[in-house]
Amino acid sequence: MAKISSIKVDSKIPEGPLAEKWTNYKAHQKLVNPANKRKLDIIVVGTGLAGASAAASLGAMGFNVLNFCIQDSPRRAHSIAAQGGINAAKNYQNDGDSVYRLFYDTIKGGDYRAREANVHRLAEVSGAIIDQCVAQCVPFAREYGGLLANRSFGGAQVSRTFYARGQTGQQLLLGAYSALNYQVNQGTVKVYTRYEMLDLVIIDGRARGIIARNLVTGKVERFAAHAVVIGTGGYGNAYFLSTNAMGSNGSAALQCYRKGAWFANPCYAQIHPTCIPVHGDKQSKLTLMSESLRNDGRIWVPKKLEDAKALQAGTKHPNDIPDEDRDFYLERRYPAFGNLVPRDVASRAAKERCDKGFGVNNTGLAVFLDFKYAIQRLGEDVVRQRYGNLFDMYEEIADTNPYKEPMMIFPAIHYTMGGIWVDYELQTSVPGLFAIGEANFSDHGANRLGASALMQGLADGYFVLPYTIQNYLADQIQVPRFSTDAPEFAEAEKAVNDKIAKLMAIKGTRSVDSIHKELGLVMWDNVGMARTKESLEKALKEIDRVEKLFWSELRIPGEADSLNIELEKALRLLDFIEIGRLMAYDALNREESCGGHFREEHQTEEGEAKRDDENFSYVACWKYTGEGQEPELLKEDLNYQYIKVQQRNYKN
Amino acid sequence: MDKNISFTLKVWRQRGPKAKGAFETYQMKDIPGDTSFLEMLDILNEQLVNENKEPVAFDHDCREGICGMCSLYVNGHPHGPATGATTCQLYMRRFKDGDTITVEPWRSAGFPVIRDLMVDRTAFDKIQQAGGYVSINTGGMPDANAIPIGKDVAEEAMDAAACIGCGACVAACKNGSAMLFVSAKVSQFALLPQGKVEAAKRVKAMVAKMDELGFGNCTNTRACEAECPKCVSISNIARLNREFIKAKLKD
Amino acid sequence: MWLTKSSVGRKVIMSVSGVALVLFLLFHMAMNLVAIFSTEGYNMICEFLGANWYALVGTAGLAALVVVHFVYAFVLTIQNRKARGSQRYAVAERPKGVSWASQNMLALGIIVVVGLGLHLFNFWANMQLPEVLHKLGMHVDSATMASVADGSGYIAKTFTCPVYAALYVIWLAALWFHLTHGFWSAMQTLGINNKVWFCRWKAIGNVIVTLIILGFLAVVVAGFFGLGALGA
Repeated sequence: MAKISSIKVDSKIPEGPLAEKWTNYKAHQKLVNPANKRKLDIIVVGTGLAGASAAASLGAMGFNVLNFCIQDSPRRAHSIAAQGGINAAKNYQNDGDSVYRLFYDTIKGGDYRAREANVHRLAEVSGAIIDQCVAQCVPFAREYGGLLANRSFGGAQVSRTFYARGQTGQQLLLGAYSALNYQVNQGTVKVYTRYEMLDLVIIDGRARGIIARNLVTGKVERFAAHAVVIGTGGYGNAYFLSTNAMGSNGSAALQCYRKGAWFANPCYAQIHPTCIPVHGDKQSKLTLMSESLRNDGRIWVPKKLEDAKALQAGTKHPNDIPDEDRDFYLERRYPAFGNLVPRDVASRAAKERCDKGFGVNNTGLAVFLDFKYAIQRLGEDVVRQRYGNLFDMYEEIADTNPYKEPMMIFPAIHYTMGGIWVDYELQTSVPGLFAIGEANFSDHGANRLGASALMQGLADGYFVLPYTIQNYLADQIQVPRFSTDAPEFAEAEKAVNDKIAKLMAIKGTRSVDSIHKELGLVMWDNVGMARTKESLEKALKEIDRVEKLFWSELRIPGEADSLNIELEKALRLLDFIEIGRLMAYDALNREESCGGHFREEHQTEEGEAKRDDENFSYVACWKYTGEGQEPELLKEDLNYQYIKVQQRNYKN
Repeated sequence: MDKNISFTLKVWRQRGPKAKGAFETYQMKDIPGDTSFLEMLDILNEQLVNENKEPVAFDHDCREGICGMCSLYVNGHPHGPATGATTCQLYMRRFKDGDTITVEPWRSAGFPVIRDLMVDRTAFDKIQQAGGYVSINTGGMPDANAIPIGKDVAEEAMDAAACIGCGACVAACKNGSAMLFVSAKVSQFALLPQGKVEAAKRVKAMVAKMDELGFGNCTNTRACEAECPKCVSISNIARLNREFIKAKLKD
Repeated sequence: MWLTKSSVGRKVIMSVSGVALVLFLLFHMAMNLVAIFSTEGYNMICEFLGANWYALVGTAGLAALVVVHFVYAFVLTIQNRKARGSQRYAVAERPKGVSWASQNMLALGIIVVVGLGLHLFNFWANMQLPEVLHKLGMHVDSATMASVADGSGYIAKTFTCPVYAALYVIWLAALWFHLTHGFWSAMQTLGINNKVWFCRWKAIGNVIVTLIILGFLAVVVAGFFGLGALGA
């Protein structure tokens, strides 16, 4: 059992009725006047949707912003890979959408494990995001009449998803990047590319700077500011194979955790149902096929076990299985939402079929996503127009033509709902340290709906943080610029250098990736789509083993004081090991199934997730207690005042 | 099922921007056809680490063909022999057993080598910072549907906006010209009503920065368009020229 | 000045001078064709374009265009080679859709200029130049002066020589390659191009350029074989 802390968690939810909380907050918060903004420095780590939009907005307000990214350009952040779209309660389609409905769908989609006030605020600002992006020249899809087009996405019965072909994330990020470039041009933002944050610096209990390594020269440098904002994304790469970019990591979040910021709900990891299945042990990452494919594609496995066996053996072709022998299991189990059930539900349903032996590829770990019916209904041209680029991508990777035969898909780790705990102001438990986007534990509860990550990242960056951070900075206007000569900086820098030296000195025989793959396997097998008490306890033991392996067998060729890709990866892996452990602790503690967290012990007779609202309607915040020590658990109770908490139902 | 192949790999190794580089030759054995090109380099790096040698440095991130970070010049083509795809989307089944595969970095004065196959493309950021934006702050925007935009215009803007900023156009160009990249950005903004307002100022600023950074003059060879992983069209270059000439004549 | 200081401006100079030269070639070719049909007619044109002020202004203008086009070709090439960097690719393949001419415009241009030198030596040095020198008061022998307007005679004389005929054919071939890329490329640089017009400009360019070259070629062939008015 986890040690439970007695610290009371204050999420600083403003008073008043739900729909007025954000308005009231903005009306009464403290502001910083323009002359003082120039005197205040803000570090923003990360240049994805959240980081870039925040840095640009803060710069535009007049703050002095330092923006960091590990890539060679801010435009490379992994938000760029989001395909499907961004939700907003615009109700342009006149299909009954509203702020309340988006709020409701998000809370329900998150399996009633998100904060009402935050989610409502998210839905409130969603419309302004679209306005902002259009003003930036984001080329959203349009109808012939010249107005914006929408598509539908999982977990919703309205069409509220705005999109730019299959590259919505790219276009939104380029929009935020252009806003950032404007600020760089204006001199309010300075961008540091190929820099990696390696520690948070705390002075008198407040976040006052970071230690970062110049990835080209290897030099460890100090940066000071009045506040630090973390927008470094999720930690899905703890599984090694995920849909995340190769460089995506959880290190910044973990550094904050080690410096006192609580880590919330680490066990909520989203498994995306439509990824290209794993094909070999040399694979470096998994490729996502957009959820939008579920709009027109139908998911099935054979009804007969012998057909599945034949498919696995390669003796039968999927096109030879007649419709009556196909089991469209999502449509069968969830008639109301069909193929558009939320991601967690779709993923588990796929796993359930494959566990029963109905998997359709040589590993038995794949289901079909079939466009035969869409092509019959719409014609190949329309399908090509809608999904052409995705089909091409599939064909290149899988070497089969999806216009002619069904695609094979399987769930893969995609997004992490957990992250650094933040209050209503997006401030962590460390004063002056803020977390935005996927890096915070956020508004998605236990499961994120499709097209909501882009919405949340931009909401935080454009419309929430630029307000709430002022409430903190208003008290800081008397604080002069910090010198990086402070002993706290020296100490943090030394700790980083010592850690690097220690890693370089291991001089074992194993590459970072080979150890990372072992960690990934442990995570996927034991802390993956379905978890049990036994598997989680085993995971904790196995993670200890991997950590030992790391400290005894790791080999990093080259020097620390120059570009060293193995060293970069090693530093990240060290943090993934700790994150894996946190995930296992959290999953073990959460004796229920909800959203992305499925405990086999807690399911209904039909195999659906069974929540325990009585005992687990809380945010699990984990507090660091020291190297090698078990973390302490803090509980933030979730009080649903405006929504009736119920069993999620996508059947009718 | 894909066959395994064995081949000779010639990789450019260079310590730093000023250092002298040279090819190193590696024998790759039994690489499955469904391995991506970058995964093949991962395998090589794994071998090198096992031999206690420094791995080959190369840029890569999303491995889905969208971030624009990967950048290899494979067998005489930026992003390799496949069309409309980035290096990370290139699969080994495209090569034959016994092939020699030559891997070089982008070679252009605008993109100095950082190490091995990794080059510095910050010049692209600088060009965008010179004017690749709409000069607006956050908030207070008119409703997104306030200005209708023709579907064909939106589509054309999207075609231009599909650029991933990888630099293959510069790498492919015998003149080291960045015109395709710059024109794609100029076009996206010039086509849409929100960007038209400052189109003249933008195109002058971006072209001036591009020239200042030492990129070459476009001679319309169309190599950029042929090698662009996102098939960005040189009609954008015509538009840039038009916008630029118009802007200058107005002055 | 943006025309000389910006990359696009420098290309505009190339395009405008190039297009002007194409127009001149069109005129020159039309004029040459007359030689096949009528010796008198052609020589009349030659006389008309002798050392008159308008012909001289035209010639000076042409010379200026050629010099500008030529000088900028070198300026651009030097800049482009610098932009390319000192390290060359070990393996380079011409991608599909890239014409050979487009990547070798300078080499083709040099052949064209050498050909131009030959051409001036064969014709201009015997026709307009002596007239000009004569007018400037220098001594020109009377035999030369008598035949300054006998363009037809020079054509026949030059092209019956197989070496000259062959050199002119090579020259014209290089010019064809140079212009087929140059024409649409100029339209592209001047910004009067888009996805639709791309193919149109290419077709228009190819037709015009092919006509020009065929016209010139016809005179070479007629001269070589002694056809039409160029017959003995």
